[in-house]
Amino acid sequence: MSELRILVCVKRVPAPGARITLTADRQSIDSKNLGFATSPHEECAVEGAIQLVEAHGGSATVLTLGAVEADEQLRYAVSVGVNAAVHVTHAGLTDGTDFDAQATARALTSAITSLEAAGGAFDLILFGNESADAGGFQVGVRVARSLGRAIVNGIKHIEISDGIVTARRESADGFEVYQLPLPAVLGVKEGLNLPRYPTLPGRLKSKKVEVLVVEADRANGGLTTLSFDNAAEVVVQTTMLGKGPEAAPAIVDLLEELGLL
Amino acid sequence: MSGEILVVVEHDRGVALETSYQAFGFARTLLTAGVGSSITAVIIGADADALAAEVGAHGAALALCAHHSELSDYAPEAWGDVVAALIADRSPAAVVATGTDRGNEVLAHASALADLPFASNVIAVSAGDGLALTRVRWGGSLLEQARLDAAVFVLSAAAHTFSAESSGADAAVIEVFEPALGATASRTRIVDRVTLAAGVTLTTAAVVVSGGRGVGSADGFAPLIELADLLGGAVGCSRVVTNNGWRPHSDQVGQTGKRIAPELYIACGISGAIQHWVGMMAAKHVLAINTDNEANMVGKAEYAVIGDLHQILPAVSEEIRRRRATA
Ligand SMILES: Cc1cc2nc3c(=O)[nH]c(=O)nc-3n(C[C@H](O)[C@H](O)[C@H](O)COP(=O)(O)OP(=O)(O)OC[C@H]3O[C@@H](n4cnc5c(N)ncnc54)[C@H](O)[C@@H]3O)c2cc1C
Ligand SMILES: Nc1ncnc2c1ncn2[C@@H]1O[C@H](COP(=O)(O)O)[C@@H](O)[C@H]1O
Repeated sequence: MSELRILVCVKRVPAPGARITLTADRQSIDSKNLGFATSPHEECAVEGAIQLVEAHGGSATVLTLGAVEADEQLRYAVSVGVNAAVHVTHAGLTDGTDFDAQATARALTSAITSLEAAGGAFDLILFGNESADAGGFQVGVRVARSLGRAIVNGIKHIEISDGIVTARRESADGFEVYQLPLPAVLGVKEGLNLPRYPTLPGRLKSKKVEVLVVEADRANGGLTTLSFDNAAEVVVQTTMLGKGPEAAPAIVDLLEELGLL
Repeated sequence: MSGEILVVVEHDRGVALETSYQAFGFARTLLTAGVGSSITAVIIGADADALAAEVGAHGAALALCAHHSELSDYAPEAWGDVVAALIADRSPAAVVATGTDRGNEVLAHASALADLPFASNVIAVSAGDGLALTRVRWGGSLLEQARLDAAVFVLSAAAHTFSAESSGADAAVIEVFEPALGATASRTRIVDRVTLAAGVTLTTAAVVVSGGRGVGSADGFAPLIELADLLGGAVGCSRVVTNNGWRPHSDQVGQTGKRIAPELYIACGISGAIQHWVGMMAAKHVLAINTDNEANMVGKAEYAVIGDLHQILPAVSEEIRRRRATA
């Protein structure tokens, strides 16, 4: 078949470790001492796009809606092999804040529509199953519906042949198979693949790549975030069963006590 | 706010899980908060007709059974079309499902079609101006207070948060209808299924022996597998492990892996990052095995052993074999 045009939508999110610290006004995660990352499902979407282009030819484009700092995630995607990058941005977006799901979907749909008008339709658009921070489980579905394209979420395996994408979704005891005609949209999950690391030439290319910057309109939807709270901390009295292999009998006693032997 | 609360009943070829019925517990919470005045179950596909006999006991006064030749198996677009058509026809007060992969997916489709906001993974609600709600973010580690303004409240209930108990033996009135599906509804239908796992799986095992970076390598998992086998349990792991290719992703526990609730979770060489914790916090008991007594997992676990997992686990398996031989 002819060459593929693939688009991947990624989000820059803070990467908190053992516990999440909030800002004093409880309006966002305190990211002063945190790194930022691409949402894990979307990292796999980027890798999936690169692998499909390697197999079928064509090009992969990465797109994000985010604050100026999200440029870092776009360039990272280029450093591992994506061909082009689009940064949809808005003056009101700061690091760690976001549009609501409806506003995000509208901004992405409008950006995608312009990109397609200029360069032709994307055969496949990849989203994450859910963003790591907001976890709305909906932006990909909203965009696909606006574009009138088929979408299935939860995908952990993708194959394309003869204008059809065959996708697998994990089930309790194995997987379900879906077949969608192209152009199509998929929401993928981590486990789709193991994302590669940047190469030196990739890093150089990512520094030089021209990122297309697009101003977004903000059309808020009906769900408004008011503030954040930490989930209740678990407070337990830890019972120490011992140190080293000498603790084995105590562990087996516990297994017995819980009726698990 | 009067009107119906539509509950989308999740099922797989006619089989509903406990999580499916948690959506009714959530609907009853909405009623208590003053949203809606009755519960209507939405059962999609003729293969699930038998479920209509169950939903009355969960509080539904009416069961709407959607029959259509295209609705022979789960199909996200078609299911979303059905729910969106019901929103348009019946103007319900709210539409809810449990926030599983399928539940969230169907409500995302329905809300996209109806151009309504959708709040996923809600844990609490209170009525006022609009709807005040609390939902979980970051896979469950952060709570968001939000306000929903909409003609119809589309909400999924965070799984394992609301009761799936049935309160009595009341029967719902059953109505069968044939929805008009969009021309493209059948594009995303399950065309095949493949069964891989037989017997105990990570999600059903009573004991999970789970390993993290501290295991050190793929081969390092041998003593974990040995202990899991002895206990009839399953092996789990952290994201560091799957990222290193030591175990398949289907073994990963956490925000971007599986959510599990075993009797006992044995965390070996796992530090206890929040994204891991949310995947196993529903375990009844947790035993941490770690060289670092300051590790987060050690502080949060009910039981802990400090030391090298590579020495401790073989000793545990040995002790189990010794006791079984002398029993
Ligand atoms: C958006 C997002 C989603 C994520 N989703 C997940 C997820 O689904 N699941 C997940 O697990 N993580 C997830 N993570 C990653 C998570 O933040 C942590 O990085 C990860 O859980 C750490 O794995 P670990 O505990 O194995 O490794 P580490 O944090 O490196 O901990 C290793 C532990 O092993 C101990 N140790 C070392 N040697 C030994 C030994 N010989 N014997 C005993 N103990 C030893 C150390 O003391 C330490 O406590 C996610 C991260 C992000 C940003
Ligand atoms: N700001 C954003 N920029 C680009 N893609 C996004 C953004 N927010 C969400 N997405 C995509 O939509 C998916 C679902 O997001 P959500 O509905 O927030 O769970 C994510 O996995 C991303 O692929």
